[in-house]
Amino acid sequence: MNYRSMVLVSGDPRSMERGAKAVYEQFQREINALGLENEVSLSWVQDVGRSDAVPLAVVYPEATIYGPLKPENVQTIVEEHLYKGRVAPGLQAPVRELSGHIAWISARKGTLPAEQRIILKRTGVIDPTSIEDYIADDGYQAFADVLTNMQPKEVIDQIKASGLRGRGGAGFPTGLKWQFVAGTPCDIKYVICNADESEPGTFKDRVLIEGDPHAIIEAMAIAAFSVGANEGYFYVRGEYLLAQKRLRTAIAQAEEMGLLGDNILGSGFNLKLHVHSGAGAYICGEETALIESLEGKRGEPRSRPPYPTTNGLWGKPTLVNNVETLANIPPIMRNGADWYRGFGTEGSPGTKVCTILGKVNVTGLIEVPMGITLREVISIYGKGMANGAHFKMAQTGGSSGSVIPSSLQDTPMDFESYQANGVSLGSGALLICDENTCAIDLAIVLMNFFRKESCGKCNPCRIGTERAYQILKNIAEGVGTMQDLEDLKFISKNLIELSSCGLGTTAGAPLENILQYFMPEVEAHIKLKVCPTGVCPMSGRKVYPETKLAQLEQA
Amino acid sequence: MPPDNMNVLEVVHGVVEEHGAKAEELIPILNDVNRAIGYLPKEALEEISRLVKEPKSKLTSVATFYQMLSTKPRGRHVIRFCESAPCHVAGGREVWQAVQEELGLKDGETSEDGKWTLITASCLGLCGVGPVVLVDDDMYGNVTPSQVPDILARYS
Repeated sequence: MNYRSMVLVSGDPRSMERGAKAVYEQFQREINALGLENEVSLSWVQDVGRSDAVPLAVVYPEATIYGPLKPENVQTIVEEHLYKGRVAPGLQAPVRELSGHIAWISARKGTLPAEQRIILKRTGVIDPTSIEDYIADDGYQAFADVLTNMQPKEVIDQIKASGLRGRGGAGFPTGLKWQFVAGTPCDIKYVICNADESEPGTFKDRVLIEGDPHAIIEAMAIAAFSVGANEGYFYVRGEYLLAQKRLRTAIAQAEEMGLLGDNILGSGFNLKLHVHSGAGAYICGEETALIESLEGKRGEPRSRPPYPTTNGLWGKPTLVNNVETLANIPPIMRNGADWYRGFGTEGSPGTKVCTILGKVNVTGLIEVPMGITLREVISIYGKGMANGAHFKMAQTGGSSGSVIPSSLQDTPMDFESYQANGVSLGSGALLICDENTCAIDLAIVLMNFFRKESCGKCNPCRIGTERAYQILKNIAEGVGTMQDLEDLKFISKNLIELSSCGLGTTAGAPLENILQYFMPEVEAHIKLKVCPTGVCPMSGRKVYPETKLAQLEQA
Repeated sequence: MPPDNMNVLEVVHGVVEEHGAKAEELIPILNDVNRAIGYLPKEALEEISRLVKEPKSKLTSVATFYQMLSTKPRGRHVIRFCESAPCHVAGGREVWQAVQEELGLKDGETSEDGKWTLITASCLGLCGVGPVVLVDDDMYGNVTPSQVPDILARYS
């Protein structure tokens, strides 16, 4: 049977205690009274994450939440919403209750509710191969304004005032980075757009470039003008062939229109942009490794300091910004810092483009205000957990993010709040795992990634990731010991404190999170030789380092 | 061996001319040569070294660092299987087993008839539709183990 509407009444213990059953029965009576029983389905739902408003009813497809409800409210909802098709006044669950950063807007066709699009505004709307489309939608306006009416220092001040922080993972204040490069006296400077997006689960930069390449070019031009660079590079990961093609086309179009090249718009400012393809190395997302790779070498990170802001590409002051960071620049210049600060939180203004993946009903790319909670992301954008499963953990920011346990589901997603809880936002991938995901198994997959992607330059990372992988494997095979956990703690401490670059530092983070939040599960693997989720093989075979294995085979 | 009808030096000259014989173009050059020939034969590396005026040792060190470059011959079709967490959580393990069984190959191996090379890859940036299998430049998303034989049958 096809129902046009669906009513879900919360049936979790707290709701039941507050009279959910009476509400449910009242819905049943009212729906039958109006003869809607073949058009409207009624069922129970478990905790929808709004315990502040229970008992509640969710009405789909609009995803309107009514609550807290009493049986006498039900008649109005059925008559107004289900019969007349409009939201019943005064009964909706209070908005902005969880994080204070979103309002619950009912879903319109084709768009996700409450999605605030600044960066993805044009993606999927304009023709990315047409510069005219971009210009028609306020494109290059900010650049032209900057070029003709502003001094570089004013631009940097405005970016600083906006509070924009780097979206590549580290969250460094963007304006400050620009100021460092601008403040280094040198005739030749470079700007680089870091589009070597290899973080597992992240594809925001690809979508941004493929969908709106001119926005990134405009941002690069503003950045180059502000720091005093006349040459810029897009370092695009080798697998992203379409993104490279789109950028090349866009650069050629901009050059033809005189928006790039010599004496742009008669201002005397020159800018040449290049597209450079990577060749498949995760480490090249690290800015000094990226610079090494751009110079035609192995992508091994440099020792820092000196930082790229003073000694970057070919030893010159270099600004390296992530694609998403750059995408924020034109809107900030066009609308002002105060406007930008209207989004997100005090310490982390703006929006974040996230990828939502894993065991949710809807996966994909979303743009959310900073400070939204994980629970909201899952329920609003992910449309709940797939197959009615329960949330167990989320892995943020690709491999180098953190493992977020369910206890942090209501923590606002911004740089400070996450940092305060010892987890990180990373690059914006949200891998949602249900109770069928084993914490050890997930850790193995993550560590396998790091051991393969470690460039091998420094020992803590090269050896630590490999050793941690073997220990985790042994735990999964049922031959782990409690001493292994001490070793893992030691390794993760070494990784975090001694690694030369961010890869090693972040490789330790998921290990620490799992030991911190999923200890009972880990101990079950070791002490009881049982994988609670039934994922790990538990074969009793010991995993050795490859060299040791070769010795054993010879003997 | 490179494909029979292919002149390695001609390919190298064409690519180097396109990018310019500069050290900073080394990776794009290697990338394009690898794409044209399927891998980087010794004579190609030597010729690039001569043209770009960079030592052979440096070329080898660069060519062995990046995943997309190979110094060993690869099969006619290269299967890249994403083994990162998002695909893993979405059921990648079962697909990976199916691919291995179907081909009789393990990670990094090339089939004896020179048709297939199977390699695992880190995230391919297609996580919305995991598990993901990339055959040459063709992307297959939301792959289930039962689809694997059909996908492989499309390639000759």
